[in-house]
Amino acid sequence: MKHILTRFFGITFAVLLITGCNNSNSQSNGALGSSAAEKVYVAPGEQDDFYAFLSGGYSGNLTVYGLPSGRMFKEIPVFSQFPTSGYGYSEETKPLLNTSFGFVPWDDLHHPDISQTNGELDGRWIFVNGNNTPRIARIDLSTFETSEIIEVPNCAGNHSSSYVTENTEYVVAGTRFAVPVPQRDMSIKDKKGNFKGALTFYKVDPETGRMSLAFQVLMPGFDYDKAHPGRGNSHGWFFFTTYNTEEANTLLEVNASQNDKDFIAAVNWKKIEEFVANGGGTKMPTSYMHNVYDEETHTATSTTINEVLTVDPADVAGAIYFLPTPKSPHGCDVDPSGEYIVGSGKLSADVTVHSFTKMMDAIENEKFSADAYGIPVLDFEAINAGSVKSGGLGPLHTEFDANGNAYTTFFISSEVVKWKLGTWEVLDRKPTFYSVGHLMIPGGNSRKPFGKYVVAMNKITKDRYLPTGPELEHSAQLYDISGEKMELLSDFPTHGEPHYAAGCPAELLAPKSTKIYKLEENKHKYVTPTPGDARVERNGNEVHVYMAMIRSHFTPDNIEGIKVGDKVFFHITNHEQDFDVPHGFAMIGANNSEVLIMPGQTKTLTWEPKRVGVWPFYCTDFCSALHQEMQGYIRVSPSNSNIELSWSLGE
Amino acid sequence: MKTNLKWIIGLFVLILFMGCKNEADTQNQSNEAPTEQKTEKSGQAFIKDDVGKPNVLQIAIGSKDHSTLVAAVQAAELENALVNAGPLMVFAPVNAAFDALPEGTVDNLLKPENKDQLAHILKHHVTPGNYSKDFLKKFKKLGQASNGYVPVEVKGDDVFVGGAKILASVPAGNGIVHVVDKVILPEE
Repeated sequence: MKHILTRFFGITFAVLLITGCNNSNSQSNGALGSSAAEKVYVAPGEQDDFYAFLSGGYSGNLTVYGLPSGRMFKEIPVFSQFPTSGYGYSEETKPLLNTSFGFVPWDDLHHPDISQTNGELDGRWIFVNGNNTPRIARIDLSTFETSEIIEVPNCAGNHSSSYVTENTEYVVAGTRFAVPVPQRDMSIKDKKGNFKGALTFYKVDPETGRMSLAFQVLMPGFDYDKAHPGRGNSHGWFFFTTYNTEEANTLLEVNASQNDKDFIAAVNWKKIEEFVANGGGTKMPTSYMHNVYDEETHTATSTTINEVLTVDPADVAGAIYFLPTPKSPHGCDVDPSGEYIVGSGKLSADVTVHSFTKMMDAIENEKFSADAYGIPVLDFEAINAGSVKSGGLGPLHTEFDANGNAYTTFFISSEVVKWKLGTWEVLDRKPTFYSVGHLMIPGGNSRKPFGKYVVAMNKITKDRYLPTGPELEHSAQLYDISGEKMELLSDFPTHGEPHYAAGCPAELLAPKSTKIYKLEENKHKYVTPTPGDARVERNGNEVHVYMAMIRSHFTPDNIEGIKVGDKVFFHITNHEQDFDVPHGFAMIGANNSEVLIMPGQTKTLTWEPKRVGVWPFYCTDFCSALHQEMQGYIRVSPSNSNIELSWSLGE
Repeated sequence: MKTNLKWIIGLFVLILFMGCKNEADTQNQSNEAPTEQKTEKSGQAFIKDDVGKPNVLQIAIGSKDHSTLVAAVQAAELENALVNAGPLMVFAPVNAAFDALPEGTVDNLLKPENKDQLAHILKHHVTPGNYSKDFLKKFKKLGQASNGYVPVEVKGDDVFVGGAKILASVPAGNGIVHVVDKVILPEE
């Protein structure tokens, strides 16, 4: 009896002991959680303090989040077709995805960068790069729509992109995979010395934002990985990390790690700009596409360009130098003052920091340790400002606050490390969950960071959320960095795979956000300006339907005289002039998607009817109390029928 | 018997209280200086996953020949570093290798004040990479997580890394574990 009782109490108390302590554990987590909760809580009806634009990686798109809430507001389609809105399916947006390889409806979107004036975010546009089929896109930050996509010729893997200079003079595109330039049939084994890594500079029109390829520097065939512009004193320079300076063509994980140091390429673009302005450079035949979306016609057009101005580094003395940087550097970040250039050797424990002042001194005094294909390699000791003995492993990217601190992600040791510029002292470190890639502080790679939060974007999620099968959305963590120590506030899922992000204060964008497109300014070729203009026209087997839509009907909503074998273009104009009242349009059997049409906008969906019958179409966006009534019919007759075209509403 | 029971109850209440107090203290500390405290028992190392291929840490934990190494990893709080996506190649000295060190070395390293030194030595046994013993013959040296290098030497069929001979190799979910016969001490 005694034995049993003892065992009973023993077990009971053991359980109590465990659960008791678990409680205390979860309570204190809860207490910690509640102060963090207050910091990320945005009450219903209130708005976030910051916009965050996260690259979607292999989704091909850009996502818009609010900080501190971590709520996703929008997915902006850029390089990928997007059936949600019909982007890349509608006739108006298809041209945006044209390339010299044909229609490419997907890409791997990286590195958003917001336009700058005097080194500060100006919130006009955001640039993103397509890595796979090299392209740069510009998104208008008043409409949050893709306005322009330009291809990058002589490039493969457009990775060190799409960063802008301090006044958005240029947006850059650097080649990750060196290739023959121009492309030709040759043995892969002959890569070394025969491939090129093109660094392309696009001029950005200061009024319209339109990009035009200014010049392309044909660098040695290394892998150009990441980049950031100089700012302040170093304005006029651009810095690109390189790896695989061994120029290996196979098993890079071994063969590209042979050199203790690779380089950061320092490119004096002002000098090259001058060289080109004085007639320098060589015009090379090529072919690339430039696609521009016109907001007035609501239509994109594609132009093929057949020539590129190339620059051989040997022809512009003093424009390009290599800064030796240990262990296959990945991130290339420049502090707000422009003095420090931070290279993160991705297999290293340390972060290497170069000094711009020392770099200029080394150039002036020709402190060179070697040259690579004629490009001077500066002496490491002469330019090195210091290195951060982090205690972590696998540094990737660095962002900055406004108080002289830097924050570096460590992939292998899964953490963000805060350190002091100038003393290189580690001030704080916080774990991330898990395997962090990029991080972002709004304005954190500009002259004026807004150092309130850092977002860490992880590659691996594991147990952070409820499991959803083998595939999980990547996790991001938000930290408060306003104090001496970073404080983890929240976790939120991100879409696709964020490769970098850009953020800015909400007030920079919110007041100028477009609400509607003015119907009277709609210059679409197939606009239906009033319901009275609605009609159907036949041109051979092409049928153009000029259709208007308003809550809660289409004009016309009954159409007859369509035949099997026709190609029907529904040009639909949304006559609403009311904020946030889009209409959708979907046609049974259409081999593309729906289209979502904003107030005042015209969009075109193409439909090739294949079967005789009476077929419905409807509005896909619940627009009104009578949304379910917003529907219509099309009669499809046999191809040899002679039924006249007719259309009507309410007859 | 009644007295005995009271005594037992009293003892358990005391343990319960002390246990919880300690826990609460730890939490308070972690609120003040949340640097590394909170990570002790959270993170990837502590995710239960009995389906995936074991990672390098799980392999070491599962090997009775590596109890000293595992104790050292735990003392250095490097568990989470070994379960990362990596890839990680761990050169895992057997217990006998630690025993062969001068007397008192291991005990000394396991002291809390020597945690950083221990972590540095352990990281000298980790390469970001995943190569079989055969494949390692292609290398002259390896760059380690300690930021130092170790030489790779081939003698007959044997491969020596930092002077330690590879005895066996176990592929892991996030890399590979090479069992070695010596502790690889950094040069400095």
